[in-house]
Amino acid sequence: MKKIATGNKAVAEAVRQAAPGVVAAYPITPQTEIVEQIAEFVTGGLMPTRYIAVESEHSAMAACIGASITGMRTFTATSSHGLLYMHEMTNWAAGARLPIVMANVNRSLGPGWNIWAEHTDALQERDTGWLQVYVSTVQEAYDTILMAFRIAEHNDVLLPVMVNLDGFLLSHIMQPVDTVELGDFIPAIYLPYAIDPKHPAGYGTLTGPDQQFKFRWDIERSMRDSVKVIEETGKDFSKRFGRNYGFTEDYLCDDADVIVVAMGTLGKEAEVAIDLLRKEGIKAGSMRLRWLRPFPKLNLKGKQVVVIDRDYSFGRGGILATEIMAQTKEDLYSVIAGIGGQEVTYDDIAGFVRTRHMGKEFWFGVNAHV
Amino acid sequence: MLKCTSACAGCSDSLALRYVLKAAGPDTVMVVPACCTSVIQGIYPNTAFNVPVYNIAFGAAAACASGMSNAFRAAGKKTNVIVYAGDGGTLDIGIQAMSGAFERGTDFLYICYDNEAYGNTGMQRSGGTPMGAKTTTTPTGKTDAKKDIDAIIAAHDPPYMATACAAYPQDIFKKVQKALTFRGPTFIHILAPCPPGWRYPTEKSVEMGKLAVKSGMWVLYEREYGKVTIGPQSKAAMKKPLPLEEYLSPQGRFKGIDTKVVEILKQRIAKNYQRLAADEEASA
Repeated sequence: MKKIATGNKAVAEAVRQAAPGVVAAYPITPQTEIVEQIAEFVTGGLMPTRYIAVESEHSAMAACIGASITGMRTFTATSSHGLLYMHEMTNWAAGARLPIVMANVNRSLGPGWNIWAEHTDALQERDTGWLQVYVSTVQEAYDTILMAFRIAEHNDVLLPVMVNLDGFLLSHIMQPVDTVELGDFIPAIYLPYAIDPKHPAGYGTLTGPDQQFKFRWDIERSMRDSVKVIEETGKDFSKRFGRNYGFTEDYLCDDADVIVVAMGTLGKEAEVAIDLLRKEGIKAGSMRLRWLRPFPKLNLKGKQVVVIDRDYSFGRGGILATEIMAQTKEDLYSVIAGIGGQEVTYDDIAGFVRTRHMGKEFWFGVNAHV
Repeated sequence: MLKCTSACAGCSDSLALRYVLKAAGPDTVMVVPACCTSVIQGIYPNTAFNVPVYNIAFGAAAACASGMSNAFRAAGKKTNVIVYAGDGGTLDIGIQAMSGAFERGTDFLYICYDNEAYGNTGMQRSGGTPMGAKTTTTPTGKTDAKKDIDAIIAAHDPPYMATACAAYPQDIFKKVQKALTFRGPTFIHILAPCPPGWRYPTEKSVEMGKLAVKSGMWVLYEREYGKVTIGPQSKAAMKKPLPLEEYLSPQGRFKGIDTKVVEILKQRIAKNYQRLAADEEASA
């Protein structure tokens, strides 16, 4: 059914259809609309869900953990400081192998108080064992939440999934969204080690140096196995509902000399920049990275690469650029743009490509354009 | 509880645990934050508990239990969800999550076993450490008073809360059974004397618990729908209190305690008795 919705409302609608048994959440701008909408669904009897209005994000994730280990589907949503406040628990959720799904509305970190889009919040969760996906349209936000439940709960994965959408640029933007008849796209959840008083066991007990690495390796093994589950889920989604999603969304990459790599809405905006550059005779393409974890093999061989990071690792560089540098030896130009909601137009992106300076880093709005 | 825990010799928490689990029965899940009880379970792949134990990070027990309780109730299960946390995990790092869970009316039993310091990290001072007690972070004795967590819990007005002491097994058993008959959040605060932390011989844990009650440093009472009832052991102690020095002197942690601090402790005991007696009378 076609509707017009904000990114937040589309996420809430997908969660309503996935029908988790427990949602535990805490308000934070620009995420709040998601949990408000869910609370409204629950109150109105439109979701068979217990909504726990916790007193903090740390408790939101802890409550999701407690609910999830009973074998119940769980969801939460957060943003920025909320995500960082739950950091201890995000590690716990992955370590405990709980298929919790979370929407994170990407937002800058204080100080100063800035509520606008930036990816540094989610990227600080990079190493927790969560699968991470970044979306660029309202439709994609809706579709990806549905896929996230199926991927997280797949018994070859059993890891939490974080679906990232840009604060305001996507969370509050109205776009058309085509909702689906879900059918059996998300199978009933089955957690093989769900807590059961009839079969007492210790969960997360003291674990020595002779055992801990095995649990850590097991997370990595499932992270690797998740690649085929993501592919299968994407294929089945496409077959049922007609929309295709891969690890990346590539636009005119095949014959391109230079490829722009970015995540989220900037990655979508880049497609407009590519059209502009093509008209100017520049053979450019764009590759929007959807899945950051597991990190896909990117086909960048023989290309110049312009990476736009809406994030930064101080003392090192753009986080996405650093990730790509670890995988490819191709020439790379690292652009830091969109920090704290800084406006970046397709024209700006085209400018990054036109004046690219391979091997250099460029802070948009700070350095003189090289 | 199964045999062979990894508790210290003379640990009164392992006594308390035995009575708690006996009273709770098999349809129970324990949620345990970082504390001595995380250690007492033993090392993976073994566990000394005959009920499922969910271990969780230090500040998160009540929130985790809140999610678990909601999930069980949503699935139509009556399984008891019991948080079993130390004084650090309750009075200090876990207080926010606990307050939230009580305010939300979570259907669970929260038990705080209180050995008055951070036990498994080597006896650092906590909000539960009494004034004058030496710990590894208060080498000359704590200068601040013990936090009155029971008053804080009472302010949340749970249907049932009680204090208990590891030296009184039947009392613990009855209070746990009773707490589990209520719907909503219930709280039991168990004093758990600790031989290495309080520095007394391992065979004296029960005696130390009894001295705490007899001297008035610990008061046994229940609060049911706001009605306060002081336990008979504490009633007797109020009539004829044991001199506080008899509780303090066997414990190395109070060695060399300033007489002025002893006076302050005595005043606090008297004030606490008065307040509880007034609460009992007012709610009768």
